[in-house]
Amino acid sequence: MSIPPGPVAPLGDAGAQAAGRPAGVPSFEALPAMPAMPAAPVEMVVSLDGVGRRFGAVEALAGLSLEVPERSVTVLLGPNGAGKTTAIRVITGALDAHQGEVRVFGLDPAVHGEEVRRRCCVVSAKPALYDRLSGFDNLMYAAELYGLGRKERARHRIHAAAERFGIEHALDQQVGGYSTGMKTRLALARSVLHEPDLLLFDEPTSGLDPESSKAVLDMIRDMTVGGTTVVMCTHLLLEAEGLAEQVVVLEGGRDLVAGTPDELTRRFWPNAVVRLAAEDPTSLGTVADLPGVRAFEPATPERPAAVQLDDLRRVPDIVVALAARGVRLTRVEPHEPSLEDLYFAVRGRRDLADDGGRQLSRRPQEPLS
Amino acid sequence: MNLARVRIVARTELRQLLQAKDFWIPMALLGGIFFVIIPTVLLLIITHVGNVGAVKQIADTLKVLPRPAQQSIPAASPAGRTSYALAVYLLAPIAVVVPLTISTAVGASTIVGERERGTGEFLAHCPAEATEIYFGKLLASLVPGYMTTILGFGAYSLIVNLIVGPKVGGWFFPTTNWWILMGYVVPPFLAITLSVVLRLSARVKSTAAAQQASGLVTLPMIGIAYAQATGSLFGAKTLGLVIGTIAWAVAVLALWRGMRSVNRARLLGVADGI
Repeated sequence: MSIPPGPVAPLGDAGAQAAGRPAGVPSFEALPAMPAMPAAPVEMVVSLDGVGRRFGAVEALAGLSLEVPERSVTVLLGPNGAGKTTAIRVITGALDAHQGEVRVFGLDPAVHGEEVRRRCCVVSAKPALYDRLSGFDNLMYAAELYGLGRKERARHRIHAAAERFGIEHALDQQVGGYSTGMKTRLALARSVLHEPDLLLFDEPTSGLDPESSKAVLDMIRDMTVGGTTVVMCTHLLLEAEGLAEQVVVLEGGRDLVAGTPDELTRRFWPNAVVRLAAEDPTSLGTVADLPGVRAFEPATPERPAAVQLDDLRRVPDIVVALAARGVRLTRVEPHEPSLEDLYFAVRGRRDLADDGGRQLSRRPQEPLS
Repeated sequence: MNLARVRIVARTELRQLLQAKDFWIPMALLGGIFFVIIPTVLLLIITHVGNVGAVKQIADTLKVLPRPAQQSIPAASPAGRTSYALAVYLLAPIAVVVPLTISTAVGASTIVGERERGTGEFLAHCPAEATEIYFGKLLASLVPGYMTTILGFGAYSLIVNLIVGPKVGGWFFPTTNWWILMGYVVPPFLAITLSVVLRLSARVKSTAAAQQASGLVTLPMIGIAYAQATGSLFGAKTLGLVIGTIAWAVAVLALWRGMRSVNRARLLGVADGI
């Protein structure tokens, strides 16, 4: 039996047919259930339920549901226009939701906006600083607006925050003369002045060089050590890698899938994954009908082909079988799926769902040879 | 409404303005031209050229002024009477043009500027209420224009008394009507104009558009304010108080309506129509 090329598809057809979908059509609900977690009450700092928000004819949020547990780092992943920024604005109450329910610290931001915003802080893609003011005055403005006053307490917090983010030496300079990296550091310093319970980062490394980006991500990581709840939006998968405790993939204003990176990885790749490359990549398609191959994902310009195996011990057999078929392999590598793989898998799955699942392929498990 | 936060917003706005020399130097020059240079030149010419034919002719035309105004002009030489009338009645527009121009220039960019700089995002997410931000911005727009006017008015008073005073028997300025004009009539007109300007600033897409639109809107306001200011000077003292009271009532209504124009969606630049 040959398997037509298609993305990795760990879903069962039976469930799909039972649900009235064509065979192979994926269902996120049908993904293998995760082992039950120990029952411990987790307080949700943010809870969005079916939230919608329109801007004229544009539907920025279309039924977004999201839960952010206390003291966690949640990363909202999605392409531009997915609704990440609007989600943050709805969370702080800067924008009202047109439908659905929003709760932050158990409060409705549309009603208790001041209280919610007092406990939050947002760091935007653009640092949102006043160029004509000095760094100190920018921080003092925030300190006053967040109720710290102008006296010793505020000054102490300002200097401590500036020192923490390595910007104290430039506090007296006008922000207009700062580099982009310095502005981001100042914005981060401003975000912690009033010791918020919820930090919201909206693409905080936008416009930064790789070195500065890494420094900023390290700072954000440090900020989470104290137990602050963090929500970070990004379309840069590398940013989320190693930082996210929970990932929510957004597209078209909706949450496609949510969970911890490990959970999601296991849901999407329940089997061992091996990357393959060959002198003639098209010849790799023959791997699909070999015993133990659960699914096959052909090579794309961005990434090599991948096969899901029921057991990694199949690899020598696969190599031998492919060689016997005249496939000249150049790379065989067990693969630990990254957040980037997950992101593209989720989005690819959605594309397939939209496509009626015609591209999907799947094989039943076969015994080891 | 938390007045402390209104003050914080206004103070920060004013601090930024002080840093912008390219803005306040031309504005200070504007005040200087209207309150110091033009009156000085005009009054010096009239008081120093003597009782020539032209001055006598101007003195004769003072008969067209309303009777209360004519009666208040002291008996003096034609040059003295002309310079007195010029100082007290005919230079009234300076008290209106300067504050309206300066405050309009500040107010036009105050909200759209937050959007353009991206700082609207910070304000939209901060605990301050939109009303507090609005009044902070209003105060910050009002203060530079009014302060320039008060300082200019002080300088103008000095100039008038030094140049015209000796011709009419001593220092006489400001007159009661001028006190009413500066303290009671000009502020509400300033508030009315700013309420319109801030609404425009909240609704337009760019600072340039805000400046253009504000210019168009404030021009008739300057005309109206000038007419009322002149009327309040020419009429009896009670007329100035009546005009001022009506202007205050209109100002309160305009500010109340203007207050609703600033909201978080507009600070973020995502409101419908922006």
